[in-house]
Formats: sequence, structure tokens, C-alpha cells
Amino acid sequence: MSVRVGVLALQGAFAAHEHTLTALGVEAAQVRTPAELADVDALVMPGGESTTMSRLLETSGIFDDLKGRLSEGMPVFGTCAGMILLATDVLDGRTDQRNFGAIDLTVQRNGYGRQVDSFETDIEVDGFGTPFHAVFIRAPKVVAVGTGVKVLASHDGVPVLALQGHVMVASFHPELTADDRLHAMFLKVIGS
Amino acid sequence: MSSEVKGPVVKGSVQVKRGLAEMLKGGVIMDVVTPEHAKIAEDAGACAVMALERVPADIRRDGGVARMSDPEMIEGIKAKVTIPVMAKARIGHFVEAQILQALGVDYVDESEVLTPADETHHIDKNAFTVPFVCGATNLGEALRRISEGACLIRSKGEAGTGNIVEAVRHLRNIIGDMRKITQADSAELFQWAKQLQAPLPLVQEVAETGWLPVPLFCAGGIATPADAALAMQLGAEAVFVGSGIFKSDDPSPRAKAIVEATTHFRDADILAKVSRGLGAPMTGIAMDEINQRYSDRGW
Repeated sequence: MSVRVGVLALQGAFAAHEHTLTALGVEAAQVRTPAELADVDALVMPGGESTTMSRLLETSGIFDDLKGRLSEGMPVFGTCAGMILLATDVLDGRTDQRNFGAIDLTVQRNGYGRQVDSFETDIEVDGFGTPFHAVFIRAPKVVAVGTGVKVLASHDGVPVLALQGHVMVASFHPELTADDRLHAMFLKVIGS
Repeated sequence: MSSEVKGPVVKGSVQVKRGLAEMLKGGVIMDVVTPEHAKIAEDAGACAVMALERVPADIRRDGGVARMSDPEMIEGIKAKVTIPVMAKARIGHFVEAQILQALGVDYVDESEVLTPADETHHIDKNAFTVPFVCGATNLGEALRRISEGACLIRSKGEAGTGNIVEAVRHLRNIIGDMRKITQADSAELFQWAKQLQAPLPLVQEVAETGWLPVPLFCAGGIATPADAALAMQLGAEAVFVGSGIFKSDDPSPRAKAIVEATTHFRDADILAKVSRGLGAPMTGIAMDEINQRYSDRGW
């Protein structure tokens, strides 16, 4: 069965995700409206500014539809800002910032600091034979993990890649490197 | 739990610096002069703010030498918002850039809106951990800035005018030449490099990918939601709005409308909806009424 994977394209690094998915031979589509959301089987929520996306989710009329799809079990992969939007609790966010509570994590916005503290490094991912090169940009930091969440990679003892059911999140940016193994992993989540 | 990691941690690399520009795509970066402005911008959905002492329209009106902002003012803005904060250094003024890096700003704009400090050299931006954005009016200028280490290019337009005509000219210059270069054969690329006064490897990279090695945003003259969508449809990947918001009658709704227009830039129904009832935009200036073109600054 062929799936159509949406990339939330309200703001941020959506084009890079779309590029990686297309290179994997998947049909990818940008999602900016409720109609476009209704037309996809799974969704990637990219990096960008979570406050900006949170506002645009409201003004574009997508927030409630997306919340409904997530509770119905639509597979979703959130990177950086996408992870913030999917977490149950957000520290240091704006008080009016809404999130979906789709994965049982507490994350601290900009937990690794400002841009001058942004970094890249190799991480080891469960099931991968070789390290994955991870780029962290003003990244959110996981500060608490719920019992149902499987941690797939950590950096300095802090989880950076996690999975709970149909919800996969990374605090870094797999779309910025040529390595497509995490997107391929998400396709397996979609297939399962 | 997963196994632990050993790789070295690298900060300030090209990938990390260009990475933040990737995150700003599809967004609006707004000029702000006070923490209150910054809050309005963040509330409206700005993906970053540019902290400066006077918006370009006021710099144009007041004249004199325009310099880097007071660190106290930049820190006040950093404390007020959670989104990235950019600040401007004068062209060639690498010490202003060092100070901005020490302040922890997220992006430095080596900007023609400020009075140039060096009429021959730009800052060697490769030497910094903080990423830089630079303006360009054509492809050669863009590639020269990238060779110096710029991680984001903005078409210059003409700041402080509220007039989109120069931004359109510069975007068409840059993107039009990229389109032509993708059609050139390998021998013609040497001539392109010579004509553009740009490094050959960067010209070859453009020929191969059809685009700059860094993101291309638009600045200088955006005053309405339609202006922002025009820049995006022409190929810009995000927009900077300077005087256009806080020199208008009612900044907050205009800021929100420009954010929505930048996201839904191809959807004329949404553009029509968000363009309604915003009050008067900034008055604006025609190009033949100005005596100093900021876009001429930079070499």
C-alpha cells in the first residue's frame, strides 16, 4: 500500500524533510490547510520556531483537526520544534503556546542554549550499526520521560530520540544531513 | 535505555550556522527597537526579531552615522522573547561583530543600513561562531558574501522606503542569473565566475544545484501582506520586515497578517482575507525621492 506523507509547511525546515522523503521514494506533500491535512496518511512536523507554528496552527484552522488525527493514531515524526509541539509538557515556552501532548515527555525549549551553543555530534541509535551524525540547533532538551516512551538515542545522558506508539520525536535535525536512516525508521513506524 | 555516545561536539561549524537559517524559512523576521516591540512581534508569530536602535525609515530621516545598537538594549530584547534575536553590525566592523557574538545574539546582520566602517572589505565571517546574514543586489555579491562566510543571504531591496520595487529587482537579478547558470556548459562557468567576480567553485555549485549554498531571504521595502507573498512567489524563502510594521498605523494586526501571508503565499483567498482592514501602511518613498541608496553600500 502506498502512503502519502505530509510535511507540516507552516514555517521552518519543511522543504528539507520533503526532499529526504522524496529521495526515499515516498509521496510527500506540504500541509498548510485542514484540507491538505485530511489528504495525508502520516505527518512530519519540522524544525522551526514552535511559537510561530503554534500560532499558525490556530490561524490556519489545523490545530483541532491535527489533535483529532493524532488521537486516532496517525503516525507522526516531530523534529526540534515538532518535538516541542508533540510533547505533553513544555518548560520555558510562552504561556499561550499550545501543544498536542501526543508523547509523554517534558521538554525545555532552547534547553541547550542559544545559537552560539548549537552543535553537531555523532550519536548512537538503537539498532544502527554505525553512528548517526546529529545537528542540534537551539534544540529542546528532554527533562522527563514517561513510562511508555522508548528512548532510542541519548547524548550526554539526555534522551534525544524517542518513540511512543505512532509518535516519533528527535531534538535534532535528521533533515539537514544526507543520512536518511531516521526517515526510513519513520516509514517503518507508518507501516507497523 | 540506549547506549551512550562518544563523538566530539562541534560548535560554530558551517552546518550548524546554516542550520539556523534553515529553521527560519517560511517565516518573518521583524525589526524591533524596544522590548515591547519585540513582544508584539513574537505575539504576532515572528520567527525571529532584529534588534536595532532605529528602524531604517528613521535612520534615513535622521541621517548621521548609524552604528551597532547599545548592548543594554539588545539584552533587554533578548530577555523579553524566546525566539532568535539578530542584531546589526556595520559593514567591515568586525569588532562590533565580536561584541554581538559575546552578547550571544543568534545571528549578526552585516548591514548596509548602518554606515559602513570599511569601504573595501567585509568582515571575515568564517572566523566567527555566530552565523552572519548579508545583503546582496545580484548573484556575484551574494557569492562573494558566502565565500566570506555568510550563512544566509537576503536580497537588499531599499530599506526604510516601504517600496518593494528594489527588492523585486534584486530577487529577479539573483534568481534569474541562477536560472541561466544552470543552463551553462562547464566552459561557460569560467566566464560566469569572471563576470560575477565570484569564486569559481561557488559558481559551479550553483550550476549543479540551481540555488545558493545557503538560504535566500528577501528584505528592504516590504510593507503589506501582498508584498511578502510577492517576494515568496518570486522565490524568496522567508522575509525580513523592517520599517513596514512599526511605521504603520496599527503594527500588531499588520504583523500577524504578514506572518500569515508569508505562510500561505500562494493562496489568494487567504491573502485577500488577511489583507483586509489593516489601517494605513507606512507612507513609503519613491526611488527618485531618495538621496542615499543603502543598497549601493557593499562591495
